Amino acid sequence: MAKYLLKRVLYMFLTLFIIASLTFFLMKIIPGTPFASANKLGPAQMEIMKAKYGLDQPVPVQYAIYIGNLLKGDLGISFQFNNTPVTDLMFKRLGPSMQLGAQAMLLGTIVGILLGIFAALRQNTWVDYSSTFVAVLGKSIPNFVFAGLLQYFVGVKLGWFPVLFWRGFEYTILPTIALSMLPIAIAARFMRTEMIEVLSSDYITLAKAKGASFFEIAFKHALRNALIPLVTVLGPLAISLMTGSLVIEKIFAIPGLGEQFVKSITVNDYPVIMGTTILFAALFVVIILVVDILYGIIDPRIRLSGGNK
Amino acid sequence: MADFEPKISKDRFRPAEIDASKSEEINKPSLTFWQDAWMRVRKNKGALFSLIVMGIVVILALVGPLISGKEFDKQNVSHNNLPPKIQGLEHISWLPFDGVKVNKAGKEIDMYEVKKVDEYYWFGTDALGRDLFTRVWKGTQISLYIALLAATIDMIIGVAYGSISGYFGGRLDNVMQRITEILVGIPTMIVVILMILVLDPGIISITIALTITGWVGMARVVRAQTLKLKEQEFVLASKTLGNSDGKIISKHLLPNLAGVIIINTMFTIPNAVFFEAFLSFIGLGLQEPYASLGTLIDEGFKVLRLHPHEMIIPAVVISIIMITFNMLADGLRDALDPKMRD
Repeated sequence: MAKYLLKRVLYMFLTLFIIASLTFFLMKIIPGTPFASANKLGPAQMEIMKAKYGLDQPVPVQYAIYIGNLLKGDLGISFQFNNTPVTDLMFKRLGPSMQLGAQAMLLGTIVGILLGIFAALRQNTWVDYSSTFVAVLGKSIPNFVFAGLLQYFVGVKLGWFPVLFWRGFEYTILPTIALSMLPIAIAARFMRTEMIEVLSSDYITLAKAKGASFFEIAFKHALRNALIPLVTVLGPLAISLMTGSLVIEKIFAIPGLGEQFVKSITVNDYPVIMGTTILFAALFVVIILVVDILYGIIDPRIRLSGGNK
Repeated sequence: MADFEPKISKDRFRPAEIDASKSEEINKPSLTFWQDAWMRVRKNKGALFSLIVMGIVVILALVGPLISGKEFDKQNVSHNNLPPKIQGLEHISWLPFDGVKVNKAGKEIDMYEVKKVDEYYWFGTDALGRDLFTRVWKGTQISLYIALLAATIDMIIGVAYGSISGYFGGRLDNVMQRITEILVGIPTMIVVILMILVLDPGIISITIALTITGWVGMARVVRAQTLKLKEQEFVLASKTLGNSDGKIISKHLLPNLAGVIIINTMFTIPNAVFFEAFLSFIGLGLQEPYASLGTLIDEGFKVLRLHPHEMIIPAVVISIIMITFNMLADGLRDALDPKMRD
């Protein structure tokens, strides 16, 4: 187990290092300079600007400085946002993104699990079919389409919730629903299969024979065992939320990481793009690792490959 | 039991003939793998319906821009933001195809009369007066191109990489596996966005970005299956008969993997279609004047409150494409590999 963990963590750092290097060199090939909006500058002033941000150095030197700073946790300073350090900029933006992600994850898994349970308990009835229908829709309809329609029909036409900005809990409701569609779909489909499998096992028959009530069987006996494999989909779920947040934050004008990422791409703000990419990648690999380890702990039958206790 | 009287006379019964040679007889025609799969797909109504709808969408995407009689990039500013109007359907009041727009005060205005337009724009026009019917189907062509591209990449690069890695094993496999492990660790979205930053946004950069990232999942699945299959006797037999490695992979291993390959491809397609629309929506995909469903939704989104049709029509089309691909993929998975139901 320890050997396996060590190997995985080493891989994690290798992947992150490659992503950081790749991001750096790709940024260097991108056409356009970060000072494009300031084209009134004369050549001499341009030189001063470049020297200030270290862009006059040869590329390998820039790379060495960048990696060195990265190891210290310093991601450089933003070109656009009044010379704020990128880390400060990102941490300021992290809050709304985290809150939105957590709410969507919570709503998505709870609704998804319930849908899946009822579909399995009432297999091949209208309950099952409508749950499957919701799952197919959630998986198929792109989240930006769903967000747009929600904003128009629920926000504008019905006027139930505010449609833009991030000023309190009621502002989070529509984006949370829009973002939670995919988690609902994934959890519901997964839960249904697991529940059907568990419900056909012998100990459920025994519980029925002993006269346990319907809800007791469903929630006390079956749910516990069916929940275990759900851990495996939590990783892909979290990642889909990260991708989804890019568009959802753009649509609902939420001051989060995703919105900033999209904006910094259009204005060539290299340090912010690199910093956000690395942060996203780091979150991604850590989530995958945590899910793999969790799965090994929860279900001892699954042996992590390469690990022998 | 006392009042039980046999109603069938005894002489109608006779002992069954036991003939050993007949017990082995097959009285149903034997089905090949594909016939069997097709039979199961046909039973799945959702999948069959999706197949038909997808066929209609493909035909409309190919024919639509031709029959509208309008160019996708021809601007006519005096005809801008017209609601949809279709001949024959314009007098059916509950259908939204009468060219009438409801303004903010809730009053209905016939925009075609106000702007003195005699032509019919079936899906209306956008802010620059371009015909949306033509643009929507042009955009659908892009989505279908992406679907085809993703499937091809998966089938060529993914299958080749996976089968070579799995079949030869050893050091080659080790190196190839390390490469995929690192590629898997990098979120696809970030690779795609970085690639599009380096190249100019457009269909070519999306193609290249998908080529780099799209095949990893398939390669892993094919490798795992190849590892299992290559230990079987028929591979050994083929080797003994002197067949080359290339021939063993293409003639013996791949046909056995066909089901897995098709299922995987079908699940890659909707993801790729979504990615293109997603990138176009955030402005990194196709650029003006070209249309993709993502850009159309983005443009429509900006005027959603005033002209909802400009967003809702492309949104419905992309949802139909995604739903049919997903349902067909589910149906094919159940048909080709009943064990893989999730």
